[in-house]
Parts: sequence; C-alpha cells; structure tokens
Amino acid sequence: MKKHRDYFTPLAFLILLVLSLPIIVGYLWLFISTFSERTYGLKPVDINGNFGGLTLKNWQFLHNPDIWIVTFNTFILALLMTIGVLVVSASAGYALSRIKFPGRKSFLSLTLVLHAFPSITLLIAIYFVLRFFSHLPVLGSFMGYNTMGGVILVSLALQLPLGMWLMKGFFDAVSWDIERAALIDGCSRFRTFWNIMVPQIRPGIAALSIFSFMTGWSSFLIPYTFLTSGSKAVISTYLNSMMHSDSLSIQYGVLAAVGLFQLIPILIFYTFNQRYLMKIFSGGSHGGV
Amino acid sequence: MRKHKRSLTGYWFILPAAVLVVLYFFIPVILTLGISLTNMSSVTGFSNWSWTGLANYIKILKHPDSGSNFATTLIYVACTLSFFNVGMGLLVAILAHHMPKRLGEIFRSLWLLPRITPPVVYVLMWTMLAADAPYGVINQLFRIPFGLSTSNWLPEYAMLFAVLVNGYIGASFGMILFSSAIEAIPNDIMVSSLVDGASFFNRARYIILPQLKWPLLFVTTYQTLSLLTSFESILILTDGNFGTEVWALWSYHKALNNYYGNFQYGFGAALSAVLVFVGVIFAIIYLKYFKFNDLVKEPLIDEL
Repeated sequence: MKKHRDYFTPLAFLILLVLSLPIIVGYLWLFISTFSERTYGLKPVDINGNFGGLTLKNWQFLHNPDIWIVTFNTFILALLMTIGVLVVSASAGYALSRIKFPGRKSFLSLTLVLHAFPSITLLIAIYFVLRFFSHLPVLGSFMGYNTMGGVILVSLALQLPLGMWLMKGFFDAVSWDIERAALIDGCSRFRTFWNIMVPQIRPGIAALSIFSFMTGWSSFLIPYTFLTSGSKAVISTYLNSMMHSDSLSIQYGVLAAVGLFQLIPILIFYTFNQRYLMKIFSGGSHGGV
Repeated sequence: MRKHKRSLTGYWFILPAAVLVVLYFFIPVILTLGISLTNMSSVTGFSNWSWTGLANYIKILKHPDSGSNFATTLIYVACTLSFFNVGMGLLVAILAHHMPKRLGEIFRSLWLLPRITPPVVYVLMWTMLAADAPYGVINQLFRIPFGLSTSNWLPEYAMLFAVLVNGYIGASFGMILFSSAIEAIPNDIMVSSLVDGASFFNRARYIILPQLKWPLLFVTTYQTLSLLTSFESILILTDGNFGTEVWALWSYHKALNNYYGNFQYGFGAALSAVLVFVGVIFAIIYLKYFKFNDLVKEPLIDEL
C-alpha cells in the first residue's frame, strides 16, 4: 500500500498541476498586472519594456466617483436580492416541509421542475413582463424595465428554485418534536417558524445568503439586459464596457485592478465560508455552466 | 375548522414565492410560446404585430444560420461536457483523492475559483491569456521562448476558448459530486483492494467507477442542459463572433441585443422556445430517473 501511494502522489500532483495551469497562470496574471504599468506575459514591465514598472497607478480608478456609484449599486442589488431570496424561500421552504395544505405536492414538484429548468431561456419574455410593469402607475417606476427594482426582482425570482429547495431540505432535517411542542404550547405557526425553526437552520441560511450575495455581486447578464444605462449599472457591466470600449488603448492594468476589486469581497467570503458554500454547490447549483 | 385554518396558513407562507414564480417563470414561459407565434419586432412595434402561426419556426428551419449555429452549439456542448464537465471533473476528483488531504483540498479550492469569480473578471483573465504578443501570457510564456509564431489566439481558436472558459467553470460541478461519491465509498473496500494488489487503474475501473454511475449520469444530463442554455461567458468573450454564436446566444441577439437595431422579438422567442421545450423535457427526465430528491436535498459532504 505504501508503495502505491508514494508512486502515485507525485504523479497525480504533476498531472493536476499541469491541468490547473490556466487557472493558476490566469489569476497570477490578474494579480501581477494590477500592480504593474503593463505586463509581458507574467513579467511586469515599464513603458520601455524593461523589467519593473511596479506601480499603484492602476488603482487610481478608486478616485473616480463612478466606481463608487456602481459599487453602491452592486451592493444594493446583491443585498436586497439576498434578503428577498432568504425571506421568500425560507417561508416557502417551511410550508413545503411542514405544513399540510392542498396543492403542496404540486407546488413541490413544480419547484423541482423549476430547479431543473434553465431560467435564462426566459430572458426575452421577462423583458416583456418588465415592460408591462413599466406601464403600471406606481409600481412601474419601481419594478419596471430599466429600474434597479426590476433587476433585483428578476434576479431574486430566478434564484428561488434553488433557494426553496435548499430551505426545504434543511427544514426537513429539523426534528418534529421541538415544533410540535411549540405548537401545543399555543405558539402560532408564524412564531414557530420565526422563533423556533429559523434559528435551527442557521447553516442553511448562511449557505443560501452567501451564495445569493455572491451571485448578486457578480451578476452581469440581467443588469446588462434590463438596465439600458447598462454600462454604469453594476461593477460587472462597468468592467465589461471598459473591456469593450472603442477607445484606442485599453489599459489592462486598470481593467485587472477593477476586476480584482470586484473579486476581493468574493474571495474573502469564500475563504471564510467554504464549508457553507459546499452545501450549495454539492446540492446542484443552477450556475452549472 | 381547525384543518381549514391550517391549510390557509400554508398558503400565506407560500404566497410570495408563488407570486414570483408566476410572474417570472409561468407568464414568461407562456409569453415565450405566444410571442414566438407572432411577427413582433421593433419594426412592428408593440401595437402593430400580428399572429403568424408557425412562420417563425419555419423561418428557423429555412434560416441560413440555423444549421451552422446548431452545429456550433452541438460542438460547444459536446466538447465542454465530455472534456471538462465530466472528464476533467472526474479526473480532478480522483487525482485529488489520491493526494495528501491538504494538497487535495488546495486543488479542489483552486478548481472552484472560476465558478465563484464574477464572469466578466474571469473572461478578462482568459482574454489576456490569449492576447497578442508581447502582452498575452500564452505567447510570452509558451511561444516566444520556443521561437514559435505568435498571434492573438482568441479570434483564431474562438471555439476552443469558449470551451475552455466554460469548461474550467463547469468542471467543478462534477468534481464536487464525484468527490463526495468517492469519499462515500467505504474505506475498507479501497484498502482491501490495495492489499489484494490492485493497480491504480484497476481500482479506478472496478471500484470507483461503478460507484459513480448515478453521479456520472446526473452530471452529464444536468450539465448538458446548463450548457445548451448558457451563453453569458460567450457573450462577454466573443459576443458570438468568430463562429461561436450558440443557439441561446443567437436567440438573445435576435431579440434583445443585435447590431442592426431591429429587435426581432417573435423570431428570438421562437428560438428560445426551442430551448424551453428542450428544458422541459430534461426537467421531466430528472424527475423521473434521478433521485433528484436525494441529490438536491442532502449535502453529501460538509467540508471540502
């Protein structure tokens, strides 16, 4: 047994290292070019192409008020979407897991179908739904086409199948006894849900909220499609417009810096919450590309 | 009476979710099918459109781009799926399992990185790997030192890059499911096989793979559907240029984001209706053949 291990570990390591090369090199480039005037491959160079040119200049975009507007937008989008996903899917998940009511079975299988169903194919039709909302008197300016509210609601809704499923699974795992005791003592369903059940599924809440926040923070397609002033909407669209700008020289250093700027919160989240996130990923995330 | 009250409570809990599902899933599905039967576009406006029956679908059949876009989609899905989502996922899971725990964890985290990186940042990274000399990493590290010709690789091998970009995201999904399935194999079986003198490949073939039958099937079908309908990173990477216009992106371009300004809602909706149809079929397959319940409910591993 010992012999096998000794022989395979270095080989496995080598193979994995080679396969992982694009990832390693890619993120290395991102990091290095953030702090360089320009890069030749992974080598930071100055204007004349000589080694060196390390600089913090690329981070000057932080002085631009635009970046703070889009950061604020991104944060609001991610935050509100997360809260929405949590509230809506926790209550739905609770009902699906614990309450008997006619239609429960069908709603349950519906969420299953939705979870498997690729929501992204509905983008064209959702465009029409948002346009319709725009015509509504008060609601229109808050959840219609080209409003932040509309984008938040769409992102929230598309996240729901995963959220409801996950929450239901966690509620299923909570013992019936506590709940029954609460109900017998005369606790209302809602109080039972809020005071007794929700605290029991903290890991699930953590998993879903971290995942939703990360999704919201990175989201590109929905803001890009449904906010016509797209380029100044969220960090993703801002960065995309920088990448594809028609001006002569694209400054990759600055691009990398903005990219790293967007990636930092996610990396922090990831480092601290890996084990929660695994629950989502192993539970069949919708991202799934 | 009591029972009645109870059932109403259930509806209150479900109401917000139900409303959102109706607004953003149900109505859109019906709308997609409905619009696909009209000639609605920005030329007709939202008032002058008319029903055209199956005209859009006939148009798809006769469209000069249909065949090539379909082939593109097929190549894209097949390559990404076989080489990365399943192949690489499996390989990384098995290799990482045969390493010291710590090291395996590092590699698994590394492979999750593309999935959690914002797509725009991630695609930027690949764009720079492929960029012209002297900036591009591939040229600078792997071409110039060997005296080989340099190029901007993205336009030349756009499809390859589309596959790579999505593949490195997608591999992690299979990797996690496979890892947890491998970890679920009782350790004594693994050890006894080694004691009996099984080689690494024999063990992979006769002990690990049979245990992975369901995860393999699940990852294959689930990821097929995800790949068929995903287009975000291709949109950012090439915007469908250089022969990477996959079906989903085509539909998006036609209806919501094209160069010529005429948004063909009807035609685009018909294109995406095809995908809706495929999606529903896949969803039914999942319900019928996979213990979807178990797969989705139970987190198989707690920590990486």
